Amino acid sequence: MTLELASNRETAPTSRADSPLAVRGMTVSYGQKPAVFSVDMTVEPGNMTAIIGPNGAGKSTLLKAALGILTPLAGTATVYGKPVSEQRHRIAYVPQRASVDWDFPTRVIDVVLMGLYPQLGLLGRIRPVHRARATDCLARVGMEDFATRQIGQLSGGQQQRVFLARALAQDADLYLLDEPFAGVDAATEKAIIAVLKSLRDAGKTVVAVHHDLSTVAEYFDNVFLINTHRVAEGSVEEVFQANHLQDAYGGRLAGAQMDALQLS
Amino acid sequence: MIWDALTLQLGYNATLVTLGATLLGMAAGVGGTFLFLRKRALVSDAISHATLPGVALAFMVMVALGGDGRNLIGLLLGAALSAAAGLLLVSWLSNRTRLAEDAAIGSVLSVFFGLGIVLLTVIQTMSAGRQAGLEDFLLGSTAGMLRNDALIIAVAAALTLALVLLLRRPLTLASFDPEYGTAIGQNVPRTDLAMMGLVLAVTVVGLKIVGLILIVALLIIPPVTARFWSERTDHVVLISGALGGIAAYVGAALSAAQPNLPTGPIIVLVGFALFALSLLLAPGRGALSALLRHRRYQRRVHLRQGLLALAHGQPIYEQLTLRLLRAEGYALPDGVATKAGRGRAAKALRDETRWQLIRRDPAYEAAAQQYDGLTPIETVLTADQIREIDSRIDMRGGVMA
Amino acid sequence: MNGSEFVPLSLVPMLTGIFVAVACALPGNFLVLRRQALIGDAISHVVLPGIVVAFLLTGVVSTWPMLLGAAGAALVAVLAIEGVLRLGKIESGAAMGVVFTAMFAGGVLLLEQSDTSNVHLDVEHALYGNLESLIWLDATGWGSLFDPEALATLPVELPRMAVTLLFVALFTAIFWRPLKISTFDEGFARTIGMKTGPLGLGLVIVAAIAAVAAFDAVGSIIVIAMFICPPAAARMMTNRLEYQIAWSVLFATLAAVLGYVLAGYGPLWIGMRDSVSAAGMIATVSGVILGFSALMGPHRQRGAAAPAA
Repeated sequence: MTLELASNRETAPTSRADSPLAVRGMTVSYGQKPAVFSVDMTVEPGNMTAIIGPNGAGKSTLLKAALGILTPLAGTATVYGKPVSEQRHRIAYVPQRASVDWDFPTRVIDVVLMGLYPQLGLLGRIRPVHRARATDCLARVGMEDFATRQIGQLSGGQQQRVFLARALAQDADLYLLDEPFAGVDAATEKAIIAVLKSLRDAGKTVVAVHHDLSTVAEYFDNVFLINTHRVAEGSVEEVFQANHLQDAYGGRLAGAQMDALQLS
Repeated sequence: MIWDALTLQLGYNATLVTLGATLLGMAAGVGGTFLFLRKRALVSDAISHATLPGVALAFMVMVALGGDGRNLIGLLLGAALSAAAGLLLVSWLSNRTRLAEDAAIGSVLSVFFGLGIVLLTVIQTMSAGRQAGLEDFLLGSTAGMLRNDALIIAVAAALTLALVLLLRRPLTLASFDPEYGTAIGQNVPRTDLAMMGLVLAVTVVGLKIVGLILIVALLIIPPVTARFWSERTDHVVLISGALGGIAAYVGAALSAAQPNLPTGPIIVLVGFALFALSLLLAPGRGALSALLRHRRYQRRVHLRQGLLALAHGQPIYEQLTLRLLRAEGYALPDGVATKAGRGRAAKALRDETRWQLIRRDPAYEAAAQQYDGLTPIETVLTADQIREIDSRIDMRGGVMA
Repeated sequence: MNGSEFVPLSLVPMLTGIFVAVACALPGNFLVLRRQALIGDAISHVVLPGIVVAFLLTGVVSTWPMLLGAAGAALVAVLAIEGVLRLGKIESGAAMGVVFTAMFAGGVLLLEQSDTSNVHLDVEHALYGNLESLIWLDATGWGSLFDPEALATLPVELPRMAVTLLFVALFTAIFWRPLKISTFDEGFARTIGMKTGPLGLGLVIVAAIAAVAAFDAVGSIIVIAMFICPPAAARMMTNRLEYQIAWSVLFATLAAVLGYVLAGYGPLWIGMRDSVSAAGMIATVSGVILGFSALMGPHRQRGAAAPAA
């Protein structure tokens, strides 16, 4: 058994230049306490990767700092080998539901059309082809009947699906989702995961912050385990093991939970 | 002259006004702290602007009843009533409609003020000259104040301060932790109401001295200033009261001594000067010390990450990291470690490895909480514990640099 | 009412009032949605120190130095608020309160210290303006609108406010999508490369320009009312931003027209001899409109019942 984290950083099979998202030496701190410390991450292309770790382990923070939504104290992030600022058109980001003003006066279809903004520019007219595309994206998440609803009238799961539809409209290569299953109903969870899998099958890369350990193996190909530090990174079979989880979660993961995951 | 004013030797009226202002400043400082801690500082702006129509209506009513119209108690009573109406409207708009509190505050303050202006123009046409006193409520005026009015203000300020001190405990609790307050049986809505009542009292009493546009400064600036000096609610309350008292005392005295120094603005500016000094220089929360601390922290993080990268033989991507390593003599310009650098890198790696081990071990949970990537492990664990950890590292066959 | 009376006396103040109301309501929609409504409050309070400083520097009471001074003060205030927020890590309402009261106090103090007694520069004027004084002396009737000689004596506030309104409307139209997206979802806006920081500052500066151009005619308090009341009332009429903007323009216009008419003629109807402050009345009417909307607006309440998934 090797001591994964600090002493043995084997080079990942995917090189930095090819990786849809590569993070090097990322440190983000709120005040004087690091939320993320010196983290390296190399996402493999064409895969679904879950970022998992205990509460407060810096999962969302890592994602936001990589995207430039937060300013890191140290570290760099590249998307397909180039700085994030040059690759924005290849990224679709789905924020946490709670980060948005759901009282905003707008309709479902308008939110999805926001995903086409980079294409439309400041003043480009919204043409029937754009509307058709937005409606199509809504249909892929099963929300086409809600197109003219005000967003505040949707349930949590429906709001999450609208966000996913907006990301689909962006037609990106890399999809980053922050807790997409938080507070959504089972039907929505199934619908979302089906869409994400279809994206992966079409050669796209999906990275999601995830907190439900019981579904990791079922939903994802790869796992990035974090607890302020990178704990482990690799395929579900390699990484999603009792010893790594113990390393990430410490005493916070009770034996019973481990049993439920059928790992040992 | 200024010395005379500061030592209260400018006559009976000026002394009364200065004392009244000081008491009011203290009451505002203490009362404003609760408002600030509940993040509702600008509610006071709605309250103060909403006094104007009340003042004007009170004047009109008193004239209609055959009085002089300038009775201070009557005017202040009118101010209090319309301010209370404004306050009710703010909470109705923000609780019962979809408007956020800031929009509710802004609409109430501007509409009430507009209505007040309309009523003032009505009064102007009623009987020319007699309204002269009312404009003073906009910016405050203590020059040539009647002895009776000065006495009323001093007494009212003293009463307000007494009320504030009486309500200090429940208000501290409610503003620090409303949920806990509810849990121990405190009626939080009623305490909130008491807080608003205090703010209203401060506003109304301060109208004649500071004026309705600037009275909010007395409620906002001292608490914000005090917050720089302490992390404890009860200390912030006391410091804020003291700062409010000092600003009001110095301001009122200066204004009594010099003809061209209007009371309200001087009090506000003295308070602001104290704020600016605190913002920049306060230890802990002050800007200068925060900046230095952040810079120091950032350099430590970069240095540490640089050393870890050296230990792993990884390239260093960031210029700042490389520069710091070179400045410490740990690396050569091309990023290769020096002898000293290799030693420090090994130490950093060993520390980091130990840290990661104890963070995985429930037995060390308390110590692991202190992890920030920088703290030397010797400051958290005993030598015995470190030995125990090291033995585990050897057992696990990890690489010890 | 015939043209020979209406055009010289009422046309200009009424139009100016409408332009002011609409120019403030447009950026006000976004300020209200961003929970920054009180930025309007702060900006309008610092207009006074701005014009005082401009007067002290130039020694004359003329339009452009005062406009520039007011704009400069608004910019200083916005930057100071941002600075206090970042350096002091305090709530934004408190930061605004500290900055605008201090600047206002400084303005009043400077005014008292300087010799301005022989010029028309007083606090009351800056606070509630003088819409009624915008009389078009050389106008004789509707025909004057096509008479170059008469148009030359048109009060300068009207064309100035028209240009300001045009500018504000253009800004809103051009940056419509960035404003909408960054107000709704700032994180997403950043990931698609929008510069949300400069955009937010730009919005505040545009609001400041509207406030500065307006204060001379209507004073700084009605400016606050126009920033907040029409958009707030409009929000409760619809759940679509596009329609909300339209409602807010309608409400702003209605408040300006009704307010001006009520101030000018209302007192006469109830047997009083003189008119009352038009600016104050416009603010009051906008408040009444908001009140109706809050009581009866179809979308006055937050999030209607959510249908099942």
